[in-house]
Amino acid sequence: MPIQLEIVSPERRAFTDEVDMVVVPGIDGQLGILPHHTPLISALGIGELKIRKGGTEQVLLISGGFVEVRPDRVVVMADIAEHSDEIDEARAVEARKRAEQELQQAESGVDVARIRAALQTALMRERIATRRRSRG
Amino acid sequence: MASLKEIRGRIGSVRNIAQITRAMEMVAASRMKRAQDAIVAARPYSDQMRDVLSRVAAAVTEEISPLLARRPVRRIGIVVLTTDRGLVGALDANSVRAVLRFVAERAGRDGERVEVEAISVGRKGRESLRRAGIPVAAHFPGLGNRPTFSQVTPIARLVTEDFIEGRYDEIAIEYSAWINTLSQRATLRTILPIERPEMGEEQKRTNDEYLFEPSARAVLDQLLPRYVAVDIYRAALEHNASEQSAAMIAMRNATDNANELIDGLTLVYNKTRQANITREMIEIASGANALAG
Repeated sequence: MPIQLEIVSPERRAFTDEVDMVVVPGIDGQLGILPHHTPLISALGIGELKIRKGGTEQVLLISGGFVEVRPDRVVVMADIAEHSDEIDEARAVEARKRAEQELQQAESGVDVARIRAALQTALMRERIATRRRSRG
Repeated sequence: MASLKEIRGRIGSVRNIAQITRAMEMVAASRMKRAQDAIVAARPYSDQMRDVLSRVAAAVTEEISPLLARRPVRRIGIVVLTTDRGLVGALDANSVRAVLRFVAERAGRDGERVEVEAISVGRKGRESLRRAGIPVAAHFPGLGNRPTFSQVTPIARLVTEDFIEGRYDEIAIEYSAWINTLSQRATLRTILPIERPEMGEEQKRTNDEYLFEPSARAVLDQLLPRYVAVDIYRAALEHNASEQSAAMIAMRNATDNANELIDGLTLVYNKTRQANITREMIEIASGANALAG
């Protein structure tokens, strides 16, 4: 039995289909979800979301938000959700450099946390983009 | 009377204006379409968020998030969405008028003095609010014709912090709701404190089955600020659709006016030309008569 997976960000619906398995970046580590999972609501961290369906794997970048799991349905509400082929590597590198620079100048605690998150998102974008390229 | 050459020149320049306003009308029309698509695209997220919020609120028995706190209202912060450059007919003026009406309504209620400060988004709003004597506590540039979620998060963060720190007891937002292409309505809505979701018995029962990671409280703490941001984002998207509609209509009117002007000028041009010909003929005729006489 497949799971109905839906990935939404504030700006759009990024994915909707039936899948065999989904791995989401939970706030305390990866969370693999198969059909008939216990109902769950979890906060999301920054990382890769992997979708498995019929032997193929799709990867999305996810940053912040929540996942709601029901036995037959998974809804990911992410602040940012980007398919791996939507990621622009050059822009990710630029964003990373900018965040690194800002991090050195930042003073207040709230700002530092925000910039760290931006930095981590940029790093993850880079990683996904690099891997996509090496696979061709 | 103006010379033929002058009139021709004026017809030419008015025709140029008509071409420009016509082009701007088309641009606004395509932006309006895109703005409407953006509203539809944003719906699944906000629906889902409301859904989760109702589950979480039920699971947290003694939820005391500061964002749900109802206090006696002494100070109100109101986010006012307007454009940077205008060219949208009466849209911006209507927004400011709605704010003034709101201030007048709230100021005298309960015998208490309620202070209202504005957080303006868009230059037109800041200018008119200041002129109207409403203090502008903070200002953001206009959101442009393609508002993104990351544009509204700083606004959400600011008002959320102000609300938690007690600078304001209520946060409202003023935007133009999109009714149809021809009409937009200035709308005022409270965004903080957050309305607690209602729920039925059945929902309560199913909610007990949910596991929360890391905890229901932590999920709530993350969810509520996002809820505020999404609320503002939805208002911004709808406002944008209104703005593009209003721009389209304003430019269509401008084009119509320009065309009317061209018709009038063409009439004057033809009359002048006719008068010139008549005069010349009279001159020739009277010259011939003089010779013959």
